[in-house]
Amino acid sequence: MSDGLRAADRLAAPALARPVPSVRVRVFAGHRLGLVGLALIALLTLCCFVGPLVYHTDQVHANIQLTNLPPGPGRPLGTDSNGYDILGRLLVGGQSTLEIGFAVALLATALGMVWGAISGFAGGLADAVMMRVVDIALAIPAIFLLIFLSSVLRPTIGLLILVLSLLSWLGPARLVRGETLSLRTREFIEAVTVMGGRRLRVVARHLIPNAFGVIVVSATFQVADAIILLATLSFLGFGLPPPAATWGGMLSQGTTYLLDGYWWEVYPAGFAIMLTVIAFNLAADALAASLDTRQRQ
Amino acid sequence: MTGFVLRRIGQAVIVVLGVTLVTFLLEHLIPGSLAHAILGTRASPGEVAAFNRANGLDHPLVEQYAAFLGRVATGNLGYSYRLNQSVDSLVLHQLPNDVLLVGAALALALLIAIPLGIAQAVHRNRAIDHLATSATFALYSMPSYWLAILLIAGLSIGLHAFPAEAPQTATVGGLLASPRALVLPVLTLTLVNVALFSRYMRAAAIATLAEDYVRVARAKGLPARLVLSRHVLRNSLISVTTLVGLSFPAVLTSGLIVEYVYNVPGVGLTYYTAAVNADYPVELGITVLVGVVTVLGNLLADLAYAVLDPRIRYE
Repeated sequence: MSDGLRAADRLAAPALARPVPSVRVRVFAGHRLGLVGLALIALLTLCCFVGPLVYHTDQVHANIQLTNLPPGPGRPLGTDSNGYDILGRLLVGGQSTLEIGFAVALLATALGMVWGAISGFAGGLADAVMMRVVDIALAIPAIFLLIFLSSVLRPTIGLLILVLSLLSWLGPARLVRGETLSLRTREFIEAVTVMGGRRLRVVARHLIPNAFGVIVVSATFQVADAIILLATLSFLGFGLPPPAATWGGMLSQGTTYLLDGYWWEVYPAGFAIMLTVIAFNLAADALAASLDTRQRQ
Repeated sequence: MTGFVLRRIGQAVIVVLGVTLVTFLLEHLIPGSLAHAILGTRASPGEVAAFNRANGLDHPLVEQYAAFLGRVATGNLGYSYRLNQSVDSLVLHQLPNDVLLVGAALALALLIAIPLGIAQAVHRNRAIDHLATSATFALYSMPSYWLAILLIAGLSIGLHAFPAEAPQTATVGGLLASPRALVLPVLTLTLVNVALFSRYMRAAAIATLAEDYVRVARAKGLPARLVLSRHVLRNSLISVTTLVGLSFPAVLTSGLIVEYVYNVPGVGLTYYTAAVNADYPVELGITVLVGVVTVLGNLLADLAYAVLDPRIRYE
């Protein structure tokens, strides 16, 4: 039986007429903005993780002799009101931003994927209960819960990843459930069920792999969303506590000096957030296009 | 239809109950108990016990939740010991300000996004479409506070055109008395929503343009203007209703941030201040309120959808 099932697994894959990987790569490559997004992501990651090894700055000890200095030799983006070097702080802040963004997207997508696939495939009462749980969690905007939790608990990188993931899996769950609902009536799924394939096998070997395109696109958008949410939290003062470097925190602090004309304390952090979010959104758009059969003729 | 409406309302009731349960459980997440949070860390055990007895905190959790539900059902959102005021009276005073701010921004955003989305769909892949897509894409990738800061730097500090702070008054009348000060908060919130809506509107209009009835309308010689207003606009409007209902969490989130940046006296700013001061009853009361508003928005959107589109009755 298991041999038959394995054969069915193999047959099932091409049954969906998935494009050959190389075609997908070609379509993605034809999407110039998507490539720009990918290049930006690679560049940002490289700068934030390798940069501080080359460009050494002290981002822990404040230095009151070096506060609010404009850009000049030795400090390309100037210093902030604590005397921290802004370029160095951007790079270090980028590390936690990217780490949390990637981790949240991964965790939230994995959780949402399993939840959505099970809910959609099980149907009936289980589906109704599982989807009401999603509705309840979606009803309270994440930022309100995040602010409350941060006012109660002391945020750390691990805690932020956990909490942001617990608030971000709902979208993917709904999406994957929708995909599952449309997939589960397809012949190849029925074939596996008829051959005696267990439900877990159907979900793990057929439903999730076939919904993978949608899942990858959603995960890429998730990185962007998590970064915005994280920066918002830091901007409002509920993110990682000082002296941790965060882009939202830098922007918030710099805004105090907007009237004083200390532009270098405001714009670098703001553009860093925006550029990162744009990069992930561009890549996600291009991914969606390369997986969409209608755009490939 | 009646069956659908009843089932949908039933779902909404379950979700509201879930929201109150989550909020109730959050209250018990406060480290060192609510009594210590309010009476201070040096409160004696006797004082803590008296506080717990007075507020029914010595009852079993289930009973406490039932009492909590009863209070919420009668509009009692809790009591702020810091402000010495009930949360519902606090919120009731400020809610009109939020309705004004969010309502004006939503209306403006729809007035801009609907024609923009249709224009983009009609001129798909031409210069105007690319320009509008890039602009809304940039806006979409911008946190609302960053947009607010850019607007303040450009229009307030740079050009001295508008004040960087909302009118500092407690009433809607006061807000309306100095409309210039309202421009930047409303503009920020409008642009954020335009980015959200026009992307969607463009996709909806492209889908509508490909429908058979549009082809029929064109084939029978209906002028392009009438095809757009009678067929494309009307049908795309149906999906916009849903979109507005579903965008409530996003709108409330940007509302909170805009109120924080421009110091608008509203519920969002009150929530922020309460969080800074660890004024838990205010935070939890507003959380319940926000959850209920979101559920109502979704419910109304779904019902409106069923009423507006005869094809959809969700049997």
